[in-house]
Amino acid sequence: MITVEHLTKCYGDFTAVDDLSFTIEEGHVYGFLGPNGAGKSTTMNIMTGCLSATKGTVKIDGHDIFEEAKEAKRQIGYLPEQPPLYMNETPVEYLRFVGEAKGLRGEELNRQVEDVIQQTRIADVKNRSITALSKGYRQRVGIAQALLGNPKVIILDEPTVGLDPIQIIEIRDLIKQLGKAHTVIFSSHILSEVQTVCDKILIIAKGKLIAFDDPENLENRLLTPNEITLTIGSSREKAEKILAGVDHIADCVLEEKEEGMVLAKLKTDRENIYDTSRALFFAFAQENTPLLEMTLKKANLEEIFLELTETSEPDPAGGEKEEETA
Amino acid sequence: MIAVLKHELRSYFHSLTAYVFGAFLLAFVGLGAMLYNLQAAVSNFEYVLSFSSLIFVVIVPILTMRVVAEERKQKTDQLLYSLPITTVQVIVGKYLALLILYLIPLAIISVYPLIFAQFGEVYLLTSYGSILAFFIMGAALIAVGVFISSLTDNQGLAAGIGIAVILFNYYSVSLSEYVSATAFGSVVALLVLIFLLGAVVHYLTRNANLAYGVCFVLIAAVMVLYFVDSTAFEGLLPGIMTKLSLFERFTTFVNGVFDMTAMVYYLSVIVFFLFLSVQSLEKRRYN
Repeated sequence: MITVEHLTKCYGDFTAVDDLSFTIEEGHVYGFLGPNGAGKSTTMNIMTGCLSATKGTVKIDGHDIFEEAKEAKRQIGYLPEQPPLYMNETPVEYLRFVGEAKGLRGEELNRQVEDVIQQTRIADVKNRSITALSKGYRQRVGIAQALLGNPKVIILDEPTVGLDPIQIIEIRDLIKQLGKAHTVIFSSHILSEVQTVCDKILIIAKGKLIAFDDPENLENRLLTPNEITLTIGSSREKAEKILAGVDHIADCVLEEKEEGMVLAKLKTDRENIYDTSRALFFAFAQENTPLLEMTLKKANLEEIFLELTETSEPDPAGGEKEEETA
Repeated sequence: MIAVLKHELRSYFHSLTAYVFGAFLLAFVGLGAMLYNLQAAVSNFEYVLSFSSLIFVVIVPILTMRVVAEERKQKTDQLLYSLPITTVQVIVGKYLALLILYLIPLAIISVYPLIFAQFGEVYLLTSYGSILAFFIMGAALIAVGVFISSLTDNQGLAAGIGIAVILFNYYSVSLSEYVSATAFGSVVALLVLIFLLGAVVHYLTRNANLAYGVCFVLIAAVMVLYFVDSTAFEGLLPGIMTKLSLFERFTTFVNGVFDMTAMVYYLSVIVFFLFLSVQSLEKRRYN
């Protein structure tokens, strides 16, 4: 569907996108993930023909975006980071203009405008001036615009930025729905969002593609080492002794809590975290020592993301840690 | 292109721009008609147009200041880039919308000579010849305005530069009498012009080497020519200033001559500045 080959974009000395190559197949929701300034918007702008590339090619359904711009652009609906809306118009006027520019006429135009209004649920505000609309509605009008002309690929650049939590959920649902009929590519710097919505994730940092996989595979790739936290009902010495008898344990830290309670934080290098937790259970059971609590923590995408992108500061808006209690 | 044209027209009529432009033009031409045709009882309508042409200094920038600048400011240019239409279609669509807007008050104005003809003898041929020239000259100035608007994302700045440029053009013939007519003066002025051209090339292409190259070649050419035959440069600068004046050529029509070269000149100005506007929009993709 979309083939990006050796894409490079330089602004003077600064390389925003650095030799990026990937292929997007039909019928998935793709998440474009990266910290701010990683080159997500630049890549999307080039893919949609809004920006030229310094080197490399982008082909949409076989049409080069620079050489056969018209054919290629017909296959794409694009919502830039800031929705490109004419503030003094109503959504209907605006959508009619975009539809006409995309080559729709007459009945077909009326039908499609009505369709996208239904699809993005903006019927209540369709005759109000866009200036008077809330950010969530403006975003929907922007998405409606991208849907006109029934393009095969919909590209959305950070569609949930600046929305309130309810609006974010609504937009995510909309994206999921769009994924049924179109190939959707959307960028975000919020991990949990990409995790919930996408079938495939592309992680880019400093203009380079560093990972391209399913969310599950990505998680599996970096699942080890995993952390296990134990609360043990015994003395420190006894706990140490038992833990020493269990294999595959690295980095064990013990900490005395209250009377007769020890907190142990340890990591395992086993592929399957449950093998270790089983071994731990039996080891303590044999010694007749109660395990009061066992918490397993898998490495989640957040950590993978941070590790891959090597950013020192974690994203405060990122998803919560995934915890499983056994 | 039709979509852009319709869209532009609608937005002009949504805002005050269309009305302000039309009202100014009609008021000024009306004033001229009152002074010349009614009070002074002159039957030549072309004098009115000659008098009214000064109003272009104000109304053309008002009309054109937002045409591209506003798209940039609102980031709606991103939409235009991503739609399956070319930048040529965008610029031509916008330009045609401006021309239609300009034709509306002009259509009303072109009734005036017919009205005056009811009360005496009016030279209709020169009147309508002048109205046609008035239209083409305005169209050329609008093309200049579109280009200026495409250089910035600030409407106010676009209007300011537009007024300065058109005012300079209006007075360039009068000013040409005050500038040096010697060969040396002309060469210096040419060098300044070459550097300006280099700056524009650099701005449009972001290619410093190309800009230097253009400057170097032109300067070398001027220098060689100056040392071979310095008399060729005598009176060159005032000559250029007169030649560049759009308004000066209009006086030929007012004097009753339908000057085809002037028509061609106006048309080439239109094509040239629309071409530059397209380049200016395209350039945004490269920076």
